[in-house]
Amino acid sequence: MSTTETTAAGIGPVEGAAVYNVDNPAPVIEAPRKRTRKTPKSTRGNFELYGWLFMRLSGVVLVVLVLGHLLIQLVLDGGVSKIGFAFVAGRWASPFWQLWDLAMLWLAMLHGCNGLRTVVNDYAERANTRLWLKALLYTATVFTILLGTLVIFTFDPNIR
Amino acid sequence: MPAGTLYRGREGMWSWVAHRVTGVLIFFFLFVHVLDTALVRVSPEDYDKVVATYKTPIVACLEYGLVAAILFHALNGLRVIAVDFWAKGPRYQKQMLWTVVGVWIVLMLGAIYPVLGHAAREVFGS
Repeated sequence: MSTTETTAAGIGPVEGAAVYNVDNPAPVIEAPRKRTRKTPKSTRGNFELYGWLFMRLSGVVLVVLVLGHLLIQLVLDGGVSKIGFAFVAGRWASPFWQLWDLAMLWLAMLHGCNGLRTVVNDYAERANTRLWLKALLYTATVFTILLGTLVIFTFDPNIR
Repeated sequence: MPAGTLYRGREGMWSWVAHRVTGVLIFFFLFVHVLDTALVRVSPEDYDKVVATYKTPIVACLEYGLVAAILFHALNGLRVIAVDFWAKGPRYQKQMLWTVVGVWIVLMLGAIYPVLGHAAREVFGS
């Protein structure tokens, strides 16, 4: 075992004495994955944080919207038996219920889409499988949100 | 328990599993539900025809299952929020799960008559 660098006091580098000084500076050790000019500005944003927060915020709102929806559709006034075109026409005559259903549609679809995105990421092991499952998920989500929104806004009680 | 698994069992893991399973089921129902409601834009007759299937006894039982899934997902979701944002949440996660299960059982008992009543009248006569 040979230690070439020793100080005047005879203390080797292992002991951690002042081997380096102003005239003999320590070599600079670059950090692993050091940011260089070629490194993109940001390799990852805060998307997952916002996704996590959205699940909790939309979840609280959905508890009110969905449980209210279930109460009206399945419990009050004879439950599911009363539901029909006339019932829908009566509810959507009010902007309040239109807005209620619109908010429920958007929040529930985005909440569910993000939930399924997490499930796909967890269980689909091949990158290609994840890509296709998520492409299908996003297509179905966008289609459903747009269709539902269109139906709420263009509903015509006198369609026939 | 197999070696090297991240799954730890007990209340924490099983509530997480149930939250996932109910969440996926609800999402698939939601997709179908928006499609069936979109029929109001086609014609009142087509909409009423499809909604009639929702009133059959078998589908009423499925609706009861849907209510079960939604109520669990909603109540357990509030528990997840409490675990994340309440300082003592993680310490009381088990007690909160059993509270969720208790409230869920009460609500499910209360939902029997409103959701399944009309189906029972149809099957057994009124």
